[in-house]
Amino acid sequence: MRIPCPYCGSRDSREFVYRGDAAPVRPASDLASDNADAMFDYLYLRDNPAGQFEDLWYHAQGCRNWLRVTRDTITHDIAGAVLARSGRAA
Amino acid sequence: MTTQPFRIANGGLIDRSRTLSFTFDGKAYVGHPGDTLASALLANGVRLFGRSFKYHRPRGVLTAGSEEPNALVTLRDGARAEPNTRATSIELYDGLIATSQNRWPSLAFDLMAVNQLFAPLFVAGFYYKTFMWPAKAWEWLYEPVIRRAAGLGALSGAEDPDHYDHAHAFCDLLVVGAGPAGLIAALDAGRAGLRVVLADENPQPGGRLLCDRVSLGGVAGPDWAAAAVAELAAMANVRVLTRTTVFGRFDDGEHGAIEQVADHLPVPLPGQPRQRMWKIVARQTILATGATERPIVFDGNDRPGVMLASAVSTYCNRHGVAPGRRAVVVTAGDSGWETAADLIAAGVTLLAVIDTRNVVPDALAAPVRAAGAGVIMGGQIVAAKGSPLSRVIARDAAGASHTFSADLLAVAGGWNPQVALAAHLGHKPVWRQDIAAYALGAGPADLRAAGAADGVFGLAGTLASARAAAMDAIAALGGSAAPAALPQADETPHGVSAVWASGPCSGKAFVDFQHDVTAGDVTLAVQEGFTSVEHLKRYTTLGMATDQGRVSQVNGHGLLAAATGRALSETGTIRARPPVVPVAIGAFGGHHRGRRFRAERHTASHGWAAARGAVFVDAGQWKRAQWYALPGETHWRQSVDREVSATRGNVGICDVSTLGKIELIGADVGTLLDRLYINGFAALPVGKARYGVMLREDGLVMDDGTVTRFGPDRWFMTTTTANAARVMQHVDFARQVLWPEMDVAAVSVTEQWATYSIAGPRSRDLLAAALPDADLSNAALPYMGAVGLRWRGAAARLYRLSFSGELAYELSVPAHRGQALLDHLFAVGADYHLVPYGTEALGVMRIEKGHPAGNELNGWTTATDLGLGRMASKKKDFIGRIMAERPALIDPARPRLVGLRPADGASPVRAGAHLLRPGAAAVAANDEGYVSSACYSPTLGMPIALALLAHGADRHGEEIVVHDPVRGADVRALVCDPVFFDPDGERLRG
Repeated sequence: MRIPCPYCGSRDSREFVYRGDAAPVRPASDLASDNADAMFDYLYLRDNPAGQFEDLWYHAQGCRNWLRVTRDTITHDIAGAVLARSGRAA
Repeated sequence: MTTQPFRIANGGLIDRSRTLSFTFDGKAYVGHPGDTLASALLANGVRLFGRSFKYHRPRGVLTAGSEEPNALVTLRDGARAEPNTRATSIELYDGLIATSQNRWPSLAFDLMAVNQLFAPLFVAGFYYKTFMWPAKAWEWLYEPVIRRAAGLGALSGAEDPDHYDHAHAFCDLLVVGAGPAGLIAALDAGRAGLRVVLADENPQPGGRLLCDRVSLGGVAGPDWAAAAVAELAAMANVRVLTRTTVFGRFDDGEHGAIEQVADHLPVPLPGQPRQRMWKIVARQTILATGATERPIVFDGNDRPGVMLASAVSTYCNRHGVAPGRRAVVVTAGDSGWETAADLIAAGVTLLAVIDTRNVVPDALAAPVRAAGAGVIMGGQIVAAKGSPLSRVIARDAAGASHTFSADLLAVAGGWNPQVALAAHLGHKPVWRQDIAAYALGAGPADLRAAGAADGVFGLAGTLASARAAAMDAIAALGGSAAPAALPQADETPHGVSAVWASGPCSGKAFVDFQHDVTAGDVTLAVQEGFTSVEHLKRYTTLGMATDQGRVSQVNGHGLLAAATGRALSETGTIRARPPVVPVAIGAFGGHHRGRRFRAERHTASHGWAAARGAVFVDAGQWKRAQWYALPGETHWRQSVDREVSATRGNVGICDVSTLGKIELIGADVGTLLDRLYINGFAALPVGKARYGVMLREDGLVMDDGTVTRFGPDRWFMTTTTANAARVMQHVDFARQVLWPEMDVAAVSVTEQWATYSIAGPRSRDLLAAALPDADLSNAALPYMGAVGLRWRGAAARLYRLSFSGELAYELSVPAHRGQALLDHLFAVGADYHLVPYGTEALGVMRIEKGHPAGNELNGWTTATDLGLGRMASKKKDFIGRIMAERPALIDPARPRLVGLRPADGASPVRAGAHLLRPGAAAVAANDEGYVSSACYSPTLGMPIALALLAHGADRHGEEIVVHDPVRGADVRALVCDPVFFDPDGERLRG
């Protein structure tokens, strides 16, 4: 499988480390609020959709950028990848 | 014995001018170049090749190709012995040695054949029910017995003396299979200028053109194929790979293929790999893999002498071997009649052709009738008897029984297109009633099947199908071609029907020959509710042997469909997975074995350490000096005790270059560090270092290390050796994904710095002599202070950090200067009795100081468990803060870090041992914790240990049992503070 790294170009997936679903957002955890439930969801609850999916990959053996990769979980087709720091893919 | 009594006088693609000698089970035989082991043995009249997996049934040859389930032998001997090799695929060479398998004491007389008497025990799912109770008997009774009774060949147990190559190829079009369809497709694409790879598993391209008596444009099949290959070989844009099996298809056009470079030689030539693993990346793929003939399920269908009709034709036409003297053909389609004609041409006495259909084209039947053979239309096969085969019992349409005294039964049960490669990425074949087989339906855009692989069984149709596939692929690649007219080929009749089972199937009627799965097993599985093809496969193990069910799977589906009253379009077929043929693990490994299994990382002073007698230990990929053995030291403890005492007494140096090092630059580094570590960093002054603990988001400890601030925006982090890559990834995740708004750049500099820990009461004196310009006073460089300086013109960094508990420093220079620095320190150090020390001495000193390390940072512990909970800041958020407060993680009964010393002051306390209250029974319910790190402390003169003990912080002074049933008797130990040595830290501040 190949991943189109926005920085390095099309690269073999073996250069990347997979993390998982890009959707969960770490809850703001200011000291005042008790958001243990939200943190639990962020940490452990995952969707497992068949089809289009956005997940996080780390180009460990390349530019060390975290990427959001849009991937089809059925066909493995990769529609695109953006730098995670640039925000969500359109 | 006459040599090769079954060799036909003329014909075949063998070189009769040369004779090759070989042995099977110690007996000598001869054959010719062009033979396979199977064809040569058949020529010599050998019919019994091996014993079956479960029942030890005598087995012969079923096929003439890589799908063979029966004729598995051990090829070669000694370290090169290769079990479960298909005799039908082994090219004969002079001096070949093969042995039969799964028989004892001999192939002809096998005691384990008594298994057949216990056949009722070995039915479908027998693993799951027959031996369920008592469960304990699995280990000592059932499994050893089953393993002895069932199985295939054995490994040599010796190291593989051969080596394996890896290669990559990139092409526009990969054509898999070089039969008539593959050759046409490759020619069309090659002439159109595409980069083509044509791969075929056989030594000689041509496929069925070599096995059937056909011609193209008036040229005999083998000659036409040879001309086509010659043209392809002359094209610079085409690569023809023979003896190369494409075994798997992966994402983005990647294919795995195995080339048997030297398997046809006694041993590989000097420098030659035995096999080569290809990764072929193709933009388009054409499957010209042909079709595999199906057997028919009937009683005794596994007896030696029962053979697929296509294999019979191959042995007659290609190898010049008659697989028997008196033959019967049973067929469900037209192709069996061609085999009948081949047998007649080969001089074999044809007794009868039994066609399960009622009608056959006259052109096919006429030669058979002319030869005087019986013809039974609408008949069925009832049973095969004798071992080897001696009688064939059939029934005609009127129900009358016919018995033939035959030694060869050719079975033509229909054809299965070989589309497993397409299924590897999830494209399930679909049932096609017109060809009575599963074929590729709507395939992926970059793959198409051609010829028999696409269910086109006639030769003229095959050529047209290949042409169409090639034109589609060329168009998909943006090319164009105006190909010449296809060669004229006779369109042979190729009607088919489906016959799954025939006759009563009351005895041994096999579906899967290699796994001994019978029709009765399929019926039983259905009765027990395993009615999906995937469940049937797993419950009966049908199709799970090394042949991947290539000849058996679809028959199993047919029986399943019949038993459940479904159509084959409803049952569907199983999902094929790679590899299509067995591939040696050695081929996957390639040159990555032994020392080259993975890359080694060496520190700057590796060679220096080796010359000093260092014994190295793996720390991830790094090689670290474990201890330095002096001449005369015969036990590692002598070296380690000496290094510890010398360091605590004077001064020692340890190479700590393998610690992970991350340089952080930016205005927000302090803020980021506050979120990464449980303790605070933002207020760390320039020129100071601080120890920090990092949690995972789930609240467990991830890593520890130090951070030093060298400037307002310039910071430097260290990690443990083991977690260096993980922490780098974590830092990048935090700064890029969690908080991309922060101004932080981070880069790993692990390999840029060589770092040495200089520890001991005389470390300051040594450094003062080595770095005369540096101010080492407590005022200028206090404990946890750091300075940047220059050494011999290059940047250097000096930290006052201590892991050993001694007055200690870490000195870093650019990696390429590391050895020079070490030489300099030791040149100066002679006056201070300087010694190098390794990771063992480092470990002893950190246990004496109660510092947690890898054994304690094991992914199960919290900061509180390790006595570090009070470091956690209450004034800021950090990763893992919320989850660390979960009730189970703050339970005081959790195992907490304690020290242990033996009650008798002498008995060793071993790491891994478990802790019990005195008098408590040694059962899991009474487990109170475990010993995480242990050593002999030369400083205290006794064994000591760190342990994680329930309620540990409150139990100092208590006596406890260290339970170690594997390595020794129980030991009594006293629980104590984990800091054994200098608890107030006076030495490190000295």
